[in-house]
Amino acid sequence: MTDAALPPAVAPARPATAAIQKRLKARYAREKRFRAYGLIAIGIAVLFLAVLLGSIVKQGYSAFYTHAVTAEVYLDPAVIDASNPGGANYDQLIASQQLAELGVADDERGTRSTAMRALFSPDAGFGLRERVIEDPSLIGQTIEFTAPIGDDADLYFKDDISRDTPQAQRRLSDEQLAWLDRMEQSGAVTSGFNSDFFTRGDSTQPELAGVLGAVIGSALMLLVTGLLAIPIGVGAAVYLEEFARKNRITAFIEVNINNLAAVPSIVYGLLGLAVFINWMHLPRASPLVGGLVLALMSLPTIIIATRSALKAVPPSIREAALAMGASRTQSVFHHVLPLAMPGVMTGAILAMAHALGETAPLLLIGMVSFTPGIPEGLTSPSGALPVLVYIWENASERAFHERTAAAILVLLAFMIVMNLVAIVLRRRFERRW
Amino acid sequence: MILLVLILLIGFSAAAYWAGRRLARRRAAGTRAHSSLGYHGAYVLLWAAIPALVVLILMAVFSTGIQYQLLLADAPEAIRALDPMRQGAFWYDVLTVADGGTPQQIWAGPQAELLQSEAQRAARIGGLMTLGGAVAAVLAGLIGLGLALRRVAPQFRARNRVEGWIAAFLFVCSAIAILTTLGIIASLLFESLRFFQSVSPLEFLFGTQWSPQIAIRADQVGQTGGFGAAPLFVGTFLIMMIAMLVAGPIGLFSAIYLSEYAGPRQRAIIKPVLEILAGVPTVVYGFFAALTVGPALRGFFNGVGAQLAGGPLDSLGQYLMLVQNQMALVAGGVMGIMLIPFVSSLSDDIINAVPQSLRDGSYAMGATKSETVKRVLLPAALPGIAGAFLLAVSRAIGETMIVTMAAGLAARMTLNPLDTVTTVTVQIVTLLTGDQEFNSPKTLAAFGLGLTLFIVTLGLNIIAQQIVQRYREQYD
Repeated sequence: MTDAALPPAVAPARPATAAIQKRLKARYAREKRFRAYGLIAIGIAVLFLAVLLGSIVKQGYSAFYTHAVTAEVYLDPAVIDASNPGGANYDQLIASQQLAELGVADDERGTRSTAMRALFSPDAGFGLRERVIEDPSLIGQTIEFTAPIGDDADLYFKDDISRDTPQAQRRLSDEQLAWLDRMEQSGAVTSGFNSDFFTRGDSTQPELAGVLGAVIGSALMLLVTGLLAIPIGVGAAVYLEEFARKNRITAFIEVNINNLAAVPSIVYGLLGLAVFINWMHLPRASPLVGGLVLALMSLPTIIIATRSALKAVPPSIREAALAMGASRTQSVFHHVLPLAMPGVMTGAILAMAHALGETAPLLLIGMVSFTPGIPEGLTSPSGALPVLVYIWENASERAFHERTAAAILVLLAFMIVMNLVAIVLRRRFERRW
Repeated sequence: MILLVLILLIGFSAAAYWAGRRLARRRAAGTRAHSSLGYHGAYVLLWAAIPALVVLILMAVFSTGIQYQLLLADAPEAIRALDPMRQGAFWYDVLTVADGGTPQQIWAGPQAELLQSEAQRAARIGGLMTLGGAVAAVLAGLIGLGLALRRVAPQFRARNRVEGWIAAFLFVCSAIAILTTLGIIASLLFESLRFFQSVSPLEFLFGTQWSPQIAIRADQVGQTGGFGAAPLFVGTFLIMMIAMLVAGPIGLFSAIYLSEYAGPRQRAIIKPVLEILAGVPTVVYGFFAALTVGPALRGFFNGVGAQLAGGPLDSLGQYLMLVQNQMALVAGGVMGIMLIPFVSSLSDDIINAVPQSLRDGSYAMGATKSETVKRVLLPAALPGIAGAFLLAVSRAIGETMIVTMAAGLAARMTLNPLDTVTTVTVQIVTLLTGDQEFNSPKTLAAFGLGLTLFIVTLGLNIIAQQIVQRYREQYD
């Protein structure tokens, strides 16, 4: 570069300055706008998350409390046959006595008592029947009973059914609402924590449906998944990272694992259906098959996490162990793997949390069918928490809507706990070399 | 039963371990053994437990099949005369009764008597096989134990042998990954081939008529033309495009902000929030789409339609008032939200991998941050970002729950986001969750769809990984 090419040392006031200033301003404005785009993008993502969680909490919190009705019933010996106490219609008994108490006469076809019966859960008659069968001497006495209120009546007390909607469009008639109001005024209706939701299995009656069966099904499934996927995944990762020579076979296995991690989960469901159910004849909808499918699905994730944890252990550890005369196996299992364990466990727990939320493969192995009650073992039909969400979402009863959201909250609570455990493990035990 | 066998096996293994240890100590008395006592014990344990375990597993896998074959071989004439479906049901009930259960169906006349006698025979065969299996397992374990104990000696390299077993076990673990792939390919291919025997692949891929619900009877297959999957591919494509239109820009801009503008404190807050979005189960997104977003968007469009109806845009207004909850826009939009963290974390990694020297060079030339991003970083990171987007596309195609709950079942060839469409994954779930005979073309069609899905996502992944890999090598 020659001096001639340089501009004069003292620049005269350039006429272009204004243009430069203007351009600079425009450039800074563009810069600000670009930065704002980034912030807006993140803002949208956070907003979505808030709306998602907010809407679920808003729809679901009401399922955690419920209304019960306490009333007296005269176990009329004229209705209940003492020799066959199980044969009487207890729901009708309760309904007709409630009507009489409210001073309403039933018509010939029993439409009023049917309408009254709809306000009670079938559990009321069921519980009464059990009590009488257990102790037939109750017949002829007046006893007090407490039972969950019917699902629609519950929704009315939760202000989910409004009087403003025309009668034809709501599930309860004006007459029924009037009865409910009078029952509430008399103090028969109490609201409280919905413990049935946590202590019962699935049911076709919303007020009797609970998540316990699904929670236990999911737990059994995760047990199978964890017992299979964690040892096998860690073993595979140790082999690939510490033992395998770099050759075509190991390269092939690596490519394979990376691709398996990206296979859609529903394909694992097809695999489970074809191999475990149709070929091996394992029981459909059982936690065993579900756990096997989820284990295959989470295997690649665990392998990848374990490998990165093993990679993070510096080679000096291995070399020191080998120098002291340890064999390769001893150096890995006595030194490298224990040091990598926090990372391994974090990855394994996150993989388990992901498996807990997985739904699609479970639908294909038959878990979509209705399974009341609590699963008894690994081979009995069972539900799973995410599948329960799917089933309830499809249910037509309005009261299942809030329970679906509540089941999601339970699912999310489990996932949050698992993630917190993983974070704590990582924070407390992670070592940076 | 299983528990008892397990306890016995553990007890036997523990005994073998102690036997090996003690024998090694006695034989090595005075001299210095090559391996420590524990390795001798472990060696004996492996040789005692593994043969027994292998026999037990073989028995568990094959005993039901052998029992079934033995039953069939001596089947009474009255049963052979039944049609195959009834025969299968009969034998199923025989096995149930033999296990002490109640039969699933009502059998009349001679079959009812045969059911009892055959069930007794089945129980007898089963009992014999269990006994035989137990004896074989014990024998195998004892023989292994004896052989191993004979080898215990001070010079014997027990540690190397045990380590050989461990290495073999680890190799088997990693081979399971290959077995899984083989299992997926084999099961999809095998069932799909049976499907393609009744429906030609060309018709499946390019046919425009998807109505598997009609083809319940086997003789209708191929005549109604009900297995043309093109509308499903179009629906999948449409929803994927909508999802990418949401996730692409938002994810990319979040990644740019995170990697170039945000300080460490902002990153520490924003990243976990995005991770929560990624950790929410897809069934929750499906619920959100079906019950919150769907009705909201429908209300919005119906409202717009009510404004337009009667005016110059009357036909559009009328159309908008008929929009349903289940539209492609709902499923695609919510799927886009789900993919935001996926796109943003992958893009974040890729932008971070661009060498700092490129940024420094650009700043030194007086460029602003946004100019650096637009003119330097993005062109440099483009292949990597393309790879990330392809991975997101493959995710979107394979996503099941959101579309199952929010997209609907109507197979239509349309690119209108306000229309109800259906996707490959929705149809797989619908075909396989009904009560269907397993071998009907309807269920087999699900495997045909699964194979297509697997091939497409696998192809996308391989391409994307190669792009990302090559891009990494460029800057390493």
